[in-house]
Amino acid sequence: MTWDWDYAWDSVPPLLDAFKVTLQATVLASVLALVLGFALALVQRVEARFFVARIVGAGAEFIRRTPGLIHLYFLFYVAPTLGLTLSALTAGVIALGVHFATYTAESYRAGIEAVPRGQWDAAAALSIPRRETWIKVILPQAMPPILAAQGTWVLIMFKGTALLSTITVVEVVSRSQQIGSDHLRYLEPTVLVGIFFLAVSYPASVLLRMYERRIATYR
Amino acid sequence: MVEALLSSVPVTVEVFVFGALVCVAVAVLAGLGRLSQRWIVRTVVGCFIEVFRGSNVLVQLYIAYYVLPVWGVTLSPFQASVAVLGLNCGAYGAEVVRGAILAVPAGQRDAAAALDFSGWQTLRRVVFPQALVIMLPSLGTLLIDLLKGTAIVSLVTLVDVTFTAQQLRLTGESTAAVYGLALVVYFVLASIVDVAVKYLERRLGHYRVHDATALEGQRAIVPGRAVGGL
Repeated sequence: MTWDWDYAWDSVPPLLDAFKVTLQATVLASVLALVLGFALALVQRVEARFFVARIVGAGAEFIRRTPGLIHLYFLFYVAPTLGLTLSALTAGVIALGVHFATYTAESYRAGIEAVPRGQWDAAAALSIPRRETWIKVILPQAMPPILAAQGTWVLIMFKGTALLSTITVVEVVSRSQQIGSDHLRYLEPTVLVGIFFLAVSYPASVLLRMYERRIATYR
Repeated sequence: MVEALLSSVPVTVEVFVFGALVCVAVAVLAGLGRLSQRWIVRTVVGCFIEVFRGSNVLVQLYIAYYVLPVWGVTLSPFQASVAVLGLNCGAYGAEVVRGAILAVPAGQRDAAAALDFSGWQTLRRVVFPQALVIMLPSLGTLLIDLLKGTAIVSLVTLVDVTFTAQQLRLTGESTAAVYGLALVVYFVLASIVDVAVKYLERRLGHYRVHDATALEGQRAIVPGRAVGGL
């Protein structure tokens, strides 16, 4: 069977439509992952000596070592039994966001720890208050590498939204399979979806690499 | 319920083990290919890496399982799963291998050249053992991701832990218990992988070169750029 251009061309508009859902899920999950991840990193740093941080750390490790697909199922199928009915998209965004928050938290931590100890000492020697030290000394140095790392996570989340197709969200992958089963021909829509993902994530990763190279020169 | 779920563990483990073998082989070959002196090899390998990293693994699995038969390549669900997970993981691993090889200090190559080692000997006896120690932590993360990634093989009808959990849910078992147990199973498996990699790190630790430039290289790979995901 050869590639059918007419069929491929006809599949593009509905796929683009569903691609909006993919992008929407990516943006929402990213916001959640970035905010929650920051909170996680903060708890583990500020409360480092306390019991809470241990619990949070262990919970994050558990999430990192278990499949995101099962987190999706868990939230989507278990929440209703507890009387909490979430729409498929909401459940998906929460599961993805929480899963990746445990990763972004590590990147925040690594970024802050990468600022040399001497910077803290120098700020202390100049008797700069703790708050000012964070805002004016540490974060400006920590932020560029952190941004680069979080960019990578956003890209991985973008690709991860494909899993939402398994809990009935009609994003681009599930739409492609629908089109395939409607016409009994999976070749064109499935390959097109692969190209869609590539078309967004390859340029984005090139930009990220350029950004990394740029900030590397300031170090 | 517990027995049913545990009886599907071998399938998950099998996909993981074969996937890991493909992954490591592909990662080493592609990592070295990326550093080849021939531009054609670098370009071909680069395209492979970007295509597999840039599109997503679920689509790749669907292509391998639903689309390849159209072109006359029919793979069993197991073959498709192992091939796709292994190649995907290998594409990520290639960057880890490349980074680790570049992180081995240049002096090591010069020393090998001075001792009249051939190119192959230099790679096998000098550069690769040291690179291995550097890449192990990232490789560990990558393997845990591969293990987690095996959950998607349930979508091409392989009866792994995830597939069995879904079936148990449909037979009316408590959803919280079923998925809770599945999570524990994956956690235990991932922890075994983690312990194994940590053990290797300790065993091979004597290859580590205490050298400022080597440490510099390590720092460049490990944080932030580290692999990881669903």
